Amino acid sequence: MFAYYLDLAIRSLKRNKLLTVLMVLAIAIGIGASMTTLTVMHLLSGDPLPGKSAQLFYAQVDGDPTAHGGTHREPPDMMDYRSALDLWRAQRAGRQALIADSPVKVSAPGADRPPLMLTMLSTTAAFFPMFDVPFEYGNAWTPADEANRARVAVISSDLNDKLFDGRNSVGKTLRVRQSDVRIVGVLKPWRPSPVFYNVVGGRFANGDTADYYGKSEDVFLPFFTGLEINDGHFQQFNCWGQPPQPGHLENAPCDWVGFWVELDSPAEVASYRTFLDSYAQQQKTLGRIVYAETRLRDLMGWLDYNLVIPKNVKLQTWLAFAFLAICLFNMVGLLLAKFLRRAGEIGVRRALGASRRAVFAQCLTEAGLVGLIGGAAGWLLTLVGLWLVRRQQTPYSDLVHMDVSMFVVTFVLAVVVSLLAGALPALRASRIAPALQLKTL
Amino acid sequence: MHMQIQPILAALKHHKLATVLIAMEIALACAVLCNACLLITNRLSAMHINSGVDESSLGFIALQGFDPAAARDLDARVAAGLAGIPGVESVHLINSVPFGMQAGAFGITLDQAGKQFRGVPEIYLGDPGTPQALGLKLVAGRMPEAGDYQPIAQGYLPASSNVLVTRALAGHLWPGENPLGKQFWTGENQFRVIGVVAHLAVPQYDEEGERGAEWTVFVPALPPASLLAGTFLIRAHPQDLDRVMVAAKAAIARIAPDAVLDHEWSDTLPALRTKFFRTDRAMAGLLVGVIVALLGVTAFGIVGLASFWVAQRRKQIGIRRALGATRADILRYFQTENFLIVTFGIVAGVVMAIGINLVLMKFFEVPRLPLWYLPVGVVALWLLGQLAVLAPALRAAAVPPVVATRSV
Repeated sequence: MFAYYLDLAIRSLKRNKLLTVLMVLAIAIGIGASMTTLTVMHLLSGDPLPGKSAQLFYAQVDGDPTAHGGTHREPPDMMDYRSALDLWRAQRAGRQALIADSPVKVSAPGADRPPLMLTMLSTTAAFFPMFDVPFEYGNAWTPADEANRARVAVISSDLNDKLFDGRNSVGKTLRVRQSDVRIVGVLKPWRPSPVFYNVVGGRFANGDTADYYGKSEDVFLPFFTGLEINDGHFQQFNCWGQPPQPGHLENAPCDWVGFWVELDSPAEVASYRTFLDSYAQQQKTLGRIVYAETRLRDLMGWLDYNLVIPKNVKLQTWLAFAFLAICLFNMVGLLLAKFLRRAGEIGVRRALGASRRAVFAQCLTEAGLVGLIGGAAGWLLTLVGLWLVRRQQTPYSDLVHMDVSMFVVTFVLAVVVSLLAGALPALRASRIAPALQLKTL
Repeated sequence: MHMQIQPILAALKHHKLATVLIAMEIALACAVLCNACLLITNRLSAMHINSGVDESSLGFIALQGFDPAAARDLDARVAAGLAGIPGVESVHLINSVPFGMQAGAFGITLDQAGKQFRGVPEIYLGDPGTPQALGLKLVAGRMPEAGDYQPIAQGYLPASSNVLVTRALAGHLWPGENPLGKQFWTGENQFRVIGVVAHLAVPQYDEEGERGAEWTVFVPALPPASLLAGTFLIRAHPQDLDRVMVAAKAAIARIAPDAVLDHEWSDTLPALRTKFFRTDRAMAGLLVGVIVALLGVTAFGIVGLASFWVAQRRKQIGIRRALGATRADILRYFQTENFLIVTFGIVAGVVMAIGINLVLMKFFEVPRLPLWYLPVGVVALWLLGQLAVLAPALRAAAVPPVVATRSV
């Protein structure tokens, strides 16, 4: 039966080429616009660490010793050195990572190229296994290296390509600012989207959050080694007083350190929460801090809190779907015109015994076919749209591509939209009374 | 126009569904059109912000990677080296420039105790002569003199300074009062207003933040200082600026081999402005694309449905023609019909436009839709409808009266 409907649908579409082209165009443009933005949304809103994100938590404690209004205030996005170190030393979580970013001058001794300004992440050894960071050569440093402030580093695959032509550079020396460090590990190409472990301050960005989707750091150093080597170059998230020595923040009245923990079960999460609260409470009692508010958000919760999806992308998605809605209305009108124009033919079929259901099914088949063709054209338009997005110089341009799931969604959306559009006209067509139509012939 | 509207309305009643569909399509188009236009003008007006400085004469050079302890020597070497480039009028140390990197946001209070918090303006630090080099326009008070440039003993700012503020910041801090001589604080650091400038935009302009686009303070300071090291303002004749900047960037490698040039921020101010508004420009372009495609799709829809209608009513048209209706009558009939349907759509569309605007205002901090947008959108859609229906209507008008005598 379906083959017959399909045959009828193809004949009908061939009969009125203008209407068919208009309908396919409407669907294609609507799908092209909405799938382009939906694909970008999909890429930017995905889970950067699927399967693991629910075990990773970002801790917040408010280390500010000055009171300024409001009892329930959100703790700042980063911690002061003392709070972060206290929590880290307490070792209450299976794995934990301190992080602090800073710009640094890097060169390879003996290489002819000028020094590079890069971003260095000072972190702790557990960072790599916690965030599933893949290694090409070598390994992370050991906790012992960390304690000894060993001069070791892990570098990105990008930097390894630049300085060592992609060869195994483990054991080689890197000049970081004025210190020589030994490379112990080289990462595989790693492109978390967003650079989730470093997302802070989203609430103050007014939706201008494209930078979260930039590339990750090129140099990773043990936390204390990094602090020592690049002293004077650290940037605060916020200060409640001026640091006596700008860029040297260890005992400055500033928030600048991030702290992640890995907690494997709800019980561990609950007990860590209790620990965090009691720590803050204790510090408040000691008079070091004023607000005992703490937060422990999981990775996705932290990204949500920071409103990571850029506002422009959200706005574009809304626009695209408004656009798809207009295309839908357009198609409903055109299909109605098409089906009712064939009132005579449908009347004859009804008089010859076709049921209403059969007429309805046939009309929907035709609508679905238009959707399928429109979907194919829409897919091509989406590829063009994504190419245009890639040409824009946004930090996430290089991420934008069509994946299998989005390819499937394109066609499903096109067919569903066309079937929706076809339902009403098909219903009207199936209601055509046989006798009335025969009389006019 | 002595067209009878009554019979058209009566005829439309027989095509309620199709009429409603076209009207809905027009309504949605109207709603999206008005708001998309609003977003475009919003972006475009943001792009024309007055920075308050002589952009076409200014360039910025940022260095990184040098040792803070050696900053004084580096700054002196670089300033002298850059000043030696033919065409350079002056070189100053400054922490940032409009459209440059964010470099000095400080929360301020109106009292020394730090209770009366008044927001987070951007603080520009510059060495002697910087306000003149920037081309700041004074509207009250005086420019900083030699004695106003203070050394920075600790932290980021001089302990106490005589500063310039913008008219916008003065209005925010002391509405309706004379700002000259007024004081404010950031922590322990005290500021006293000696002059008010017409405009000076923050480096990273943001039209939607709590911070105003011109909440800026100019603090006269003497290097060395952590915020005043390795970043230079170059002034040159607008005709020489591009050449001077190319030469300056090339000279850095020779003058300061111990530093790394920050390519992202080292540029002429016109180039920094262009870079800064790149995404806004792309978004405006995208919106224009959406509007064009939207109008196109809407017009196609009208052409399609109107063609169908004409085909369906060939016989009636033939009868009317046989009864003496002129071609002009038939043309006018379809045009009036389209006008009526589009009008229904527009009425709904105006309501939706305002509704969408309210949603955008809530979630995207878009301003209120100016009311004059509505009549403009309405006229645009009327014209679009008339244009789209023209071809099918002309085809209808071409139906010969003899059709009336044929059976089908």
